[in-house]
Amino acid sequence: MTAVRDVDVLVVGAGPAGLAAAARLAAAGAGRIEVLERERRAGGVPRHCAHGGFGTLARPLTGPTPARPLTGPALARLLTDAAVRAGAAVRTGVTALDWAGPLALATVGPHGHETLRARAVVLATGARERPRAARLVPGTRPAGVYTTGELQQAVHLYRQPVGARAVVVGAEDVAHAAVETLRAAGTDVVALVTDRPRAPMAPLRAADARLRRGIPLLTRTTVTELLGHGRPTGVRVRRDDGRTAVLPCDTVVFTGDFVPEPELARRGGIALDAATRGPAVDGRLRTSRPGVFAVGSVLHAVESAATAVREGAHAAAAVRDLLAGAAGWPDGVPVTVEPPLRRITPNRVAPGDTLPHLLRTASPVTGRAALHIAQDGRLLHRRRLRPGTAVPHRTLRLPADWTARVDPRGGPVRVWLA
Amino acid sequence: MTVTARGPLPRAPYDVAVVGAGVVGCAVARELARHPDLRVALVEATDDVGQGTSKANTAILHTGFDAAPGSLEARLVREGARRLAVYAAESGIPVEPVGALLVAWNEEQRAALPRLAKKAGRNGCHDTRLIGPGELYAREPHLGPGALGALHVPGESIVCPWTTTLAYATQAVRNGVDLHLDCRVTRVRRHGGERGEHGGQGEHVLGTTRGELRARFLVNAAGLHADTLDRELGHRDFTVTPRRGQLIVFDKFARDLVRHILLPVPTALGKGVLVAPTVYGNVLLGPTAEDLPDKRATGSSAEGLALLRAQGRRILPALLQEEVTAVYAGLRAATEHDDYRVTAHPGQAYVTVGGIRSTGLTASLALAAHVTGLLAEIGLEPGPVREVEPVRMPNLGEAFPRPHQRPDLIAADPEYGTLVCHCERVSRGEIRDALAATIPPRSPDGLRRRTRARAGRCQGFHCGAAVRALFEEAAASREPANVHRREATA
Repeated sequence: MTAVRDVDVLVVGAGPAGLAAAARLAAAGAGRIEVLERERRAGGVPRHCAHGGFGTLARPLTGPTPARPLTGPALARLLTDAAVRAGAAVRTGVTALDWAGPLALATVGPHGHETLRARAVVLATGARERPRAARLVPGTRPAGVYTTGELQQAVHLYRQPVGARAVVVGAEDVAHAAVETLRAAGTDVVALVTDRPRAPMAPLRAADARLRRGIPLLTRTTVTELLGHGRPTGVRVRRDDGRTAVLPCDTVVFTGDFVPEPELARRGGIALDAATRGPAVDGRLRTSRPGVFAVGSVLHAVESAATAVREGAHAAAAVRDLLAGAAGWPDGVPVTVEPPLRRITPNRVAPGDTLPHLLRTASPVTGRAALHIAQDGRLLHRRRLRPGTAVPHRTLRLPADWTARVDPRGGPVRVWLA
Repeated sequence: MTVTARGPLPRAPYDVAVVGAGVVGCAVARELARHPDLRVALVEATDDVGQGTSKANTAILHTGFDAAPGSLEARLVREGARRLAVYAAESGIPVEPVGALLVAWNEEQRAALPRLAKKAGRNGCHDTRLIGPGELYAREPHLGPGALGALHVPGESIVCPWTTTLAYATQAVRNGVDLHLDCRVTRVRRHGGERGEHGGQGEHVLGTTRGELRARFLVNAAGLHADTLDRELGHRDFTVTPRRGQLIVFDKFARDLVRHILLPVPTALGKGVLVAPTVYGNVLLGPTAEDLPDKRATGSSAEGLALLRAQGRRILPALLQEEVTAVYAGLRAATEHDDYRVTAHPGQAYVTVGGIRSTGLTASLALAAHVTGLLAEIGLEPGPVREVEPVRMPNLGEAFPRPHQRPDLIAADPEYGTLVCHCERVSRGEIRDALAATIPPRSPDGLRRRTRARAGRCQGFHCGAAVRALFEEAAASREPANVHRREATA
């Protein structure tokens, strides 16, 4: 018979969001807090992000900001240590396989099977990049085709050789991380390829890749075929004017195009948001299942580690209220966005929400635009955007003050740009 | 036990050389291994067994209900299906008898169903049944609108093609067959003249990329290249025109959308596109059927994928909402003939096993028995026969307990509870076992076919580097000698 054990809060996933939630809960004396991590080390994606840029967010958890900017692995260690020091049990090498009850999970690890029952569950299962197959890129199936995540692990965690010449597909900010990793592995970057008219990355980064590193950025260009048996010999590309070319290379990195990892949420029948494809949550990060919260990149693939940490801390407060006996688990009113807006999180509104909403646009919005929010034909809020802020690589933050005007029994809330 | 991948080949002549370690060649080698007096070589051009058509197909164990009655293929498929079902159960090869539905989408197709039922009967498949739209939609609630009825063929099953080929090869090697990998046959000469001439034995001298190999009898199971090898021996019986089949593997979340193998009603234009569950818990959509001149054209194309998606949207609309996990393309060894081309050439001590198109997996065990019979007819004296030790293959199927689901295994060895590939739930223990097995993988792709590691929806985002590290560690610790002798562990 499978062993059964009770804890107070079960956190699934020891990335920044899950660790932050666990640290806050444990520090607040919320009982027995257990974090399940299927990898051999805690820390999540930052474990293999050797680059900097993880600096300022660690302050609330670790005291004064360190003098040098934090790298991903350093942040992973800090967050793990903080959770453990606060008293959370962080268990690595343990996989949550499936639900074993409304608030219970069946797990497996080297010590065997165990069912963990909790009073609250926090899903922090993260996100991943879509691989080549999911993007339906035709051609042969050679080795040497990576996502950034796999590439970073290969280079930074396992010191594996990569190749001599790489084509990087995608030009979001993560493509820049892929370029850095390839450089660390001694691999030349042949080109960055994006079907967008402009690189959806910070202009400084795009300029850095193009000018300082001399990497061509091919815009309006699609990879139409992978070539080569065994190893890639090149990729065939096509510009939107119909011209085609073969870029010779022995390595291809597919970057960006993140999707959540909501397997547990789906297995549990938890409602997903159509736009994010992650669990739908309200401003207290409550999912459709009472007692189950969701935080971090599983909600919005992807935002920064700082956002994940903030959400972890925010959910911790909501979890404590639940454990303290707060009654009710509102359904929430759905919030949907209209193009060019791509997604919004939280994507439900319930009374008492305070967490700012995060929005992304699919394409740059020029001129003076304003966010409009309405319910059942009634305008709830209108907010001017600073010019140049509605671009695909930036998050739009929308404070939650308007949510008090939402009728909890009304229809869905619509958000659009005009 | 001998598996080699480099260095010179043994000088002493073999009794039989089987060229091609696909599902058919491996089955033939396994059948010959039942005769302990025979020295048998299994010669393969690539670095693994089952690397050609055998790895990239629709993974269906057919009843042969729609074969041409009276053909060799019809007989061997029918007999092979029975044999393989028994063998699979004994060897731990995952099989799920899900049954098939031939769905009629227009009046013409519906009118064809009774004829197909009658044909199935002539192929010994008597349990087919015509069903109306009511029962059809009850059985397949997610089927697209407009289906008029179906022929239910309960005997059709899904199977793991990788495990099947590997089981045959493992059993062959454990029972004395020499497997020579990375050994492409480039020419064949016969020494000593015709068999029986001047009472001489004669022997084949195979020129390979690893030197010469001698054998008294030769079996051509070279699949796509069977015609090339056949011409080396002076025959022009058939020409292989590769027929490419592109397939899309959908995410495991799609598995609940379909219960049967959904077959199209065959038309003059070919068998058409099917939707089928896989034993790994995914859903398969395909194949295309494109006749190509290039025997290496195993790539997918934008047109092929678009065609499959259009067909899939009609058959099972919700399928297209799910993520694609993998895309692959295989080449069937189609010829200008409707039937298999299995021919014994007594004077040359040579058997050709050609034109095994899409039913080779199902027919493999029957083909092996048939080929062994032909070898005996043309003079091979097989000597005494013994029953070979059964193999027990690691289970890759979702319908049977996987190692991480077995408390007994984990209690005995915690490595089975330590998952490395999370999407497919593959443990370190399974990867370790595969790397130390009788026929270890020589590439991460070979490891994937043995364990499913990095075959899942993330395609290696999470586990790719870790799996590769385990593979390379094992490859480095493997002695660099050209002959690997190892204890059976799988």
